[in-house]
Amino acid sequence: MTRSILIFLGAFAAISMSFTALALLPRLQLATVEPTPGTDAYTYEEQLGYEVYQREGCLYCHSQQVRPDGFGSDIARGWGRRGSRPGDYVFDDRHQLGTMRTGPDLHDIASRQPSQDWHLAHLYQPRSVSPGSVMPAYPYLFEVKKESQVRPSEVTVPITPKYAPPGDSVVVATEEALALYEYLMTLKLEELDQSS
Amino acid sequence: MSEATSSSVPRSPGLPPGQSPDDLEANWRRTVDRSTRWPVVAFIASGTFWLIIGSLLALIASFKFQYPDWWTQQAWLTFGRIRPAHLNTVIYGWISMAGVGVATWLWSRLLKTQLRGRGLQLISVVLWNIGMVIGTIGILAGYSRSIEWVEMPYAAFAFIVPAMVLVVASFLLTLRERRVQHLFISVWYLGAAMLWGPFLVMAMLLPIYSGVPEATANWWYAHNILGLWITPMGLAAAYYFIPKVIGRPVYSYHLSYLGFWTLALFYNWAGVHHLVGGPAPQWLATVSIVFSVMMIIPVIVVAVNHHLTVVGHFKKLKYSPTLRFIVFGAMSYTSVSLQGSMQSIRSWQEITHFTHYTIAHSHLGVYAFATMIIFGAIYYIMPRVTDWEWESPRLISIHFWTTGLGVGAYFTALTIGGVIQGLQMLDPDIAFLQIVDSTKPWLVVRSVSGTLMTIGHFVFAYLLVRIMMRSGTRSDGPTYFRPAPAGIFGSRAGDGSTEETPSVEEIEERPGL
Repeated sequence: MTRSILIFLGAFAAISMSFTALALLPRLQLATVEPTPGTDAYTYEEQLGYEVYQREGCLYCHSQQVRPDGFGSDIARGWGRRGSRPGDYVFDDRHQLGTMRTGPDLHDIASRQPSQDWHLAHLYQPRSVSPGSVMPAYPYLFEVKKESQVRPSEVTVPITPKYAPPGDSVVVATEEALALYEYLMTLKLEELDQSS
Repeated sequence: MSEATSSSVPRSPGLPPGQSPDDLEANWRRTVDRSTRWPVVAFIASGTFWLIIGSLLALIASFKFQYPDWWTQQAWLTFGRIRPAHLNTVIYGWISMAGVGVATWLWSRLLKTQLRGRGLQLISVVLWNIGMVIGTIGILAGYSRSIEWVEMPYAAFAFIVPAMVLVVASFLLTLRERRVQHLFISVWYLGAAMLWGPFLVMAMLLPIYSGVPEATANWWYAHNILGLWITPMGLAAAYYFIPKVIGRPVYSYHLSYLGFWTLALFYNWAGVHHLVGGPAPQWLATVSIVFSVMMIIPVIVVAVNHHLTVVGHFKKLKYSPTLRFIVFGAMSYTSVSLQGSMQSIRSWQEITHFTHYTIAHSHLGVYAFATMIIFGAIYYIMPRVTDWEWESPRLISIHFWTTGLGVGAYFTALTIGGVIQGLQMLDPDIAFLQIVDSTKPWLVVRSVSGTLMTIGHFVFAYLLVRIMMRSGTRSDGPTYFRPAPAGIFGSRAGDGSTEETPSVEEIEERPGL
């Protein structure tokens, strides 16, 4: 019996130490970190978009962490003017750092591609603006309806003829598609004040 | 239970007339095996069900890279939901449930006592399956928690965590009734896994994380579920079955203690290397790299013990399905672990992180190592708990070659594709869509090899159903790929006995052997 208790205690001590160091300590260390300039709490619509981003599993192909100068070539690629900082994430209750770049990093997508038309067309049919892309299309975030039935408050998405719906139908963005766009526009890395 | 189950009996005088110590040994073993029948069969069958579901999800996800406009109208079929559904079904459904089935059988056998808490285990299977159904449907319906490796909603874990605790309870009840003095190394690994697994899940479900600290906790968790829940179960099985089937003791039994403690101390810390170069505090990644590299020690120890035990007995791989699957798994363990230590280094991460290379690595671990060992263990265990034999050596052979070649091709293709992807990503002059383009051929290989593996899983599931239903005619000896020469697996093989040479028990009688 003594032997089995020793094994138990040893195994328990091992995992408790690493839990404290790797899961709890960073929490304490970063508890006081200030949001970086441009990082704000999400508005209602941005929050909705953030939830759509999680629900559709964008993180499995898009990271949200720009590597710092000297490690990789993210900055040279134009994926951000600086590496990501803990302060960029303080309002994220579900981190979306990601581990995969089947698609490009998105942490600074708002600086690189601010166009609403582009993003909505890309979500409706990625290959209409990025030929050769393997990203899934998200037609269920859009409605296809007759042009005459579009209400003035609705946003119509311009689609290249090859992928546009036939006849006089047009593509209209749903609330979720627009919210997702608003969320993507929060992903912006602003230059840090050198003195801070 | 009479005293006939006591381990000391074979040596004691006063045997019933006409019985040899060997008969008694075989009898109590049968009693112990049968006591585990329902929980073990239920866990293995449930696991295999989730393996099939998980494989189909994987295939859909993989073919979406060739046909990105296929099945896009329905939200629940989008890649970003299918992929986590695949991961969660194979990790918490297949490998965890089948692993618990194998672990339960090993636990009783190695403690030489009937399984206690059988009712608890059966309740556990039911709860676990309910949790898996809720979790899988939850992710597909859009309720993913969006934390890698723990995507299933809380409602699913509300069933799975109690299910795990019930298994632990049954293990503790059985441990209390053990009839051995010496605890074989597999018992150490299994006992520790039963502590670590529930600890990890409960710690990760705490609602205390957000932002970057959540990412460090996430990778502490995800890597440890692999290293401290799945790996110990796989190693425990390999430590038991390799010597058992070959009929020869573990190469260096003392070394196995070193292997256990170094795994327990080092593996814990390795996971955060997923955040090298990211926004996490640098000391975290550095600590992780150091411990990842130190993992070489337990890996070499286990490699020595597993591989040097097999040396000189390779011809037995021609006959025994259990041995062939498990030796494949043990070799993969050595490869995946050494690869893991190397790739945690910064300059390597710079290339391979964020690429398909990582996906190849994780399949080398969960599939080529853990899954193959579990397959091998199931081929040994099922005949002993069902009192029936496998229907067809040819189908077992098909299962081995489809899964073995499948995962080999999978790993090779994604490793090459991933390195190309990583090198191109380092060159800012190469347009991103061009990088996407150069990964495409390797992703085709993935779909093909995934299809091959899935075919193997269907063959395996068919064999499992047949042996559970006791279908076909009963054969009177262990199922080998081809007729084994007399005496190759010890004196008892081929004579209708379901036992082979009892080498592990010998070690327990003579520690240090």
